[in-house]
Amino acid sequence: MINIKINSVPLEVEEGTTILEAAKKGDTPIPTLCHHPALDSFGACRLCVVEIHYGKRVKIVTSCNYEVWDGLEVFTDTDRVRKSRAMTLELLLARCPDVRMIKDLAREYGVKQGRFSEESDNCILCGLCVRICKERMGVGAADFVGRGVDMKIDTPYSRGSDACLACGACVTVCPTGAIDLEKRFSRNEPVPLKSVFNAGMSTKPVIATPFPQAVPNIPVIDSANCVYLRTGGCRTCETFCEAKAIDYDQKDETVEVDVGTIIAATGFDLYNPEEKPEYGYGKYPEVITGLEFERLVSASGPTGGKILINGKEPRKVVFIQCVGSREEGGKREYCSRVCCMYTAKHAHLVKERLKDAEISIFYTDLRAFGKGYEEFVNRVKDEGTTYRRRELNEPIEVTKKKGKLTVTAKGHPALEADMVILATAVVPREDSLELARKLNISLSPDGFFLEAHPKLKPVETLTGGIFLAGCAQGPKDIPDTVSQASGAASRAISILSKDTIMMEAITAAVNEAKCRGCGLCVEICPFNAIELKEINRLGYTVKVASVNEALCKGCGSCSAACLSQAVQQKGFTDTQILEAIRGIV
Amino acid sequence: MSSFEPRIVAFLCNWCSYAGADLAGTSRIKYPPNVRTIRVMCSGRINPMFIVNALQEGADGVLISGCHPGDCHYSKGNYYARRRYQVMKNILEYIGIHPDRVRMSWVSAGEGQKFADVINEVIEGIKALGPAEEIRRR
Repeated sequence: MINIKINSVPLEVEEGTTILEAAKKGDTPIPTLCHHPALDSFGACRLCVVEIHYGKRVKIVTSCNYEVWDGLEVFTDTDRVRKSRAMTLELLLARCPDVRMIKDLAREYGVKQGRFSEESDNCILCGLCVRICKERMGVGAADFVGRGVDMKIDTPYSRGSDACLACGACVTVCPTGAIDLEKRFSRNEPVPLKSVFNAGMSTKPVIATPFPQAVPNIPVIDSANCVYLRTGGCRTCETFCEAKAIDYDQKDETVEVDVGTIIAATGFDLYNPEEKPEYGYGKYPEVITGLEFERLVSASGPTGGKILINGKEPRKVVFIQCVGSREEGGKREYCSRVCCMYTAKHAHLVKERLKDAEISIFYTDLRAFGKGYEEFVNRVKDEGTTYRRRELNEPIEVTKKKGKLTVTAKGHPALEADMVILATAVVPREDSLELARKLNISLSPDGFFLEAHPKLKPVETLTGGIFLAGCAQGPKDIPDTVSQASGAASRAISILSKDTIMMEAITAAVNEAKCRGCGLCVEICPFNAIELKEINRLGYTVKVASVNEALCKGCGSCSAACLSQAVQQKGFTDTQILEAIRGIV
Repeated sequence: MSSFEPRIVAFLCNWCSYAGADLAGTSRIKYPPNVRTIRVMCSGRINPMFIVNALQEGADGVLISGCHPGDCHYSKGNYYARRRYQVMKNILEYIGIHPDRVRMSWVSAGEGQKFADVINEVIEGIKALGPAEEIRRR
């Protein structure tokens, strides 16, 4: 360890530390434009200059590439230092008069324009882009070109680079926003990574936490886009992670878990309103879905909770309910149940944020069925939202002329709109059939998981030990989902808390006197529950079938196959079924 | 002939078709009372002997109904049933019974309406064939 003093305050730092790093550790600010913790020190901007004292000598050095030594005394804010920085800033300000960051720093150091002739560049030649591309990405798509006053950052022959990965690292590190990746640097098109959580309305980094309340709340690497996993370069996140938690070798894995019960709570998908072109979704950016609006008003959303469409606050907002739901004779004949209430909530939120917004809601039947729901809808109506009824079979059309949306519905005046929000149907998950087959449970005609009984067993399935919760079973709101999930959990616990499980006594049994040991049942049993065993019959050793009752699930396939009626399913013996037939015809 | 009300025995698997029939009931879907159901755990349990026996005992038609292919609770039972049904049809013809008297269908636990539709369809078919006198015992 080395003892130094920064502005007369003693500090203990490790050997090899630069003054800039030591000052950061001691919470002493030193301005810098060209330094980046992930890159080698460069000393280009000359803003990080500090004064060092040793013995009687005083010297100005760049703190970013000056390593500390024992007994070093540093002063970061002397007159001489300020003067040196001011001179640098005056030159930078003349070169880049429009760059905000330079202007702010210049103001801080009392620098005014005037002494040097102004240019209109954005680039301060800090070289961060060049260095991150070369040092980290291992590409070197752009470099310093020209000398002296003609020096600039460019790609070979100003043609744009083929080698560029369009990863955007240079854009991220550039302190002045001078890089035009798409038009000048890269010949490969940069693909923005859409944030799924924000319904595609914002972008996300390659390494990011999936959403704010994710469990576990840790970031994941998007392996398809990570530069290290693509080319072996970068590893910048590893440099920054103080906990050394970045692990590039993790792979997706299939984990097998032994369980006693399963709760299917796989949720739902949303109907894609592009299937109904009359609403204009996908065609006009002002037409959004309820989920997209939900992100828009969220404080953690893409606009920080501001309701903005095309960068402007809407004045006229139109909501349309039942988009894709309640199609008579169609695939989705059901009511999605949640849209009436969340649309009312959205109308309330619009009113709360934009006081003089004009709000209309097209509804079919207002289904405010829950506790306190009707009261809430009345409150929304009192706030000035207009509810307009439409019949399901009367289409609503959204058209755009001269940048203005118009919503036309039968029996209503044509409404101008700045924003249209569609309440899209709750639909079964795309893979619900696949999962239903895997779990051996059924789907109801609407495609959601089928409960064992619509009234008396709404949580169970027909398959023992498998329970349902939430919208996987059918559209429902949060209170209903929580109730059903609590029910499913306690049903599951009541099985798990027992030491033994009672089975129905419907396993197969063999009448050994009748069995001829042909082995047909052994072959047919789907559960390998039957095998042949040797017994002694009248002094001869013969083979007969034998049922393992723990494995037998009681389907009775063996009984139907047995040629000598030796294997009989308990409760469903041939005699019993034949008697049943005789009884009913 | 128009007053002929056929008697139909329906063998329904416990997991799909029997539940489907139950759903038809809880959903208040109506279907004619000509059908009498026998629950078996799986359509694979149905021995061809049961079918002949039902026709001998006085049924005019038999319906076998199980889970959709791929949905069997016991993974393969409905496939066994389908194979037996195909063989069975040839045998029925051989012993002088119109093979259309025995029908097979797939009805899942969620298809209450389909169950009622199948029953109606079977009754129509059997009505067209008339009473089964060929091998009746009494």
